[in-house]
Amino acid sequence: MKYSYYPGCSLESGAVEYDLSSREVLRLLGVELAEIPDWTCCGASAVEPVSSLLTLALPARNLALAEREVPDADMLVPCSACYLNHLRVERECGADRKLAARVNEALSAEGLSRSGTVRVRHLLDVLFRDVGPERVGQAVVRRLEGLTAAPYYGCQVLRPYPLFDDPERPASMTPLLKALGVEVLDWDMGGRCCGASLMATKRDAALALVSAILDAASGADLIVTVCPMCQMNLEAYQKEAIRSGGRGRPVSVLYLPQLMGLALGLSEDDVLLGKNLAVTDTLLGKLRAPEAAEV
Amino acid sequence: MNQRSEAVSLPAAVTIAADAAALAEIQDMVRACMQCGTCSASCPNAPAMDHTPRSLWRMLLLGLVDEVLESRTFWLCSACYSCTLRCPRGLPLTAAMAALKRLAASDGRSADRKRGLFYEDFMRNVEKNGRVRETELMLHYFLDMRDPLLPLEYTPLGLKLLRKGKLHLGGSGQLGRLGPLFAKVREMEARP
Ligand code: SF4
Ligand code: SF4
Repeated sequence: MKYSYYPGCSLESGAVEYDLSSREVLRLLGVELAEIPDWTCCGASAVEPVSSLLTLALPARNLALAEREVPDADMLVPCSACYLNHLRVERECGADRKLAARVNEALSAEGLSRSGTVRVRHLLDVLFRDVGPERVGQAVVRRLEGLTAAPYYGCQVLRPYPLFDDPERPASMTPLLKALGVEVLDWDMGGRCCGASLMATKRDAALALVSAILDAASGADLIVTVCPMCQMNLEAYQKEAIRSGGRGRPVSVLYLPQLMGLALGLSEDDVLLGKNLAVTDTLLGKLRAPEAAEV
Repeated sequence: MNQRSEAVSLPAAVTIAADAAALAEIQDMVRACMQCGTCSASCPNAPAMDHTPRSLWRMLLLGLVDEVLESRTFWLCSACYSCTLRCPRGLPLTAAMAALKRLAASDGRSADRKRGLFYEDFMRNVEKNGRVRETELMLHYFLDMRDPLLPLEYTPLGLKLLRKGKLHLGGSGQLGRLGPLFAKVREMEARP
């Protein structure tokens, strides 16, 4: 299994722990990654309110590079906003040849062009459908018994293009988490919006969304995410959300591959657990308890 | 700030024609709306909006352009795609919200025009660096917003991230890499 890899800007800074744990876990699962050379920002969630052409041209540049440098491989993207931006090019340009030509005209400024041979895949999609829970289970060396996780999917991983799961009641993380020995909280907030970039522009509205999610996760030891924006909103603004009226209590928030890594034998340092902003002592206690049995 | 090139705003004459075309395009996006209210019921941010998404579409189709542009509704869209997914007419509602943000940013009538600055600053940062640099981005954003209290809101988080070594301070190998692409897109979008 080989993929071209698009980390995206946040995985180089605020979400280094997501980048490193993804790379390590995929390596342990026998997945080969080739980082796209010279990749640039896809515009995140800021580009669409600024320019409709740039919304497609920026991610198309990376797709063109992937086509040229890592042909015959799907592009694996861990960040949901980056994933959607690239997928949108695949979808919209695939359905509209004029638009595809317009995007290629923009790319000609760099001597690039995109023909559309690269498929865009989210990290969760690859883990769920290509690797599969069974193979994950086989790779587990330390079952994480006694932990309950609230799987949080957010928006853009399944909306508006629900390619591998139900966007209203997503469930693809459940078998992956169970393969690690983790209990899964039955909740209906997994696909709820965390406010995304409203946290920068309309803080109060975003805080209300974050508190509702944290409240609903009260029965879990941790929330598990697959997007740096969700992760940041849920961990960095947690205290503020709770203070601003949420009933929730502090809850740990980890990236899915961080948790997987711990079950696959990586240490807390290996998955950069020290970089997380919300990790409770209760969780650390449970992770370090002897009953988290060696297989 | 010199590098504030015309990434988003064009000369006035071009703008009026372009705005009329953009407006017509947005109206077309929601033309088939049957006012069922599914979008409003699905929107997690509706409680904070001054008009619900459903009423906004109605106002748009009635030609109440000033009222629409003065509304804060589209600035409160977090692009969660719930409405787009559920609209029984299959309308591209999240794209319509983004198109309204673009229109309002170029128009100046929007009560909340300042809110577009975050996106503009973000994209200027991308144009210059190739990849986002958060510290520089936030600095420009604070300067543009001219709100002395705003940086304080972000200081605790900034310090937290800095302590964790999570802020991107160093150089980027992609510096200036996106200049030609941005220039080309700007040229293409300025064509009549
Ligand atoms: S869900 Fe669609 S049809 Fe119904 S009110 Fe909203 S835009 Fe109109
Ligand atoms: S995409 Fe925007 S308008 Fe639609 S439901 Fe989400 S926040 Fe509301």
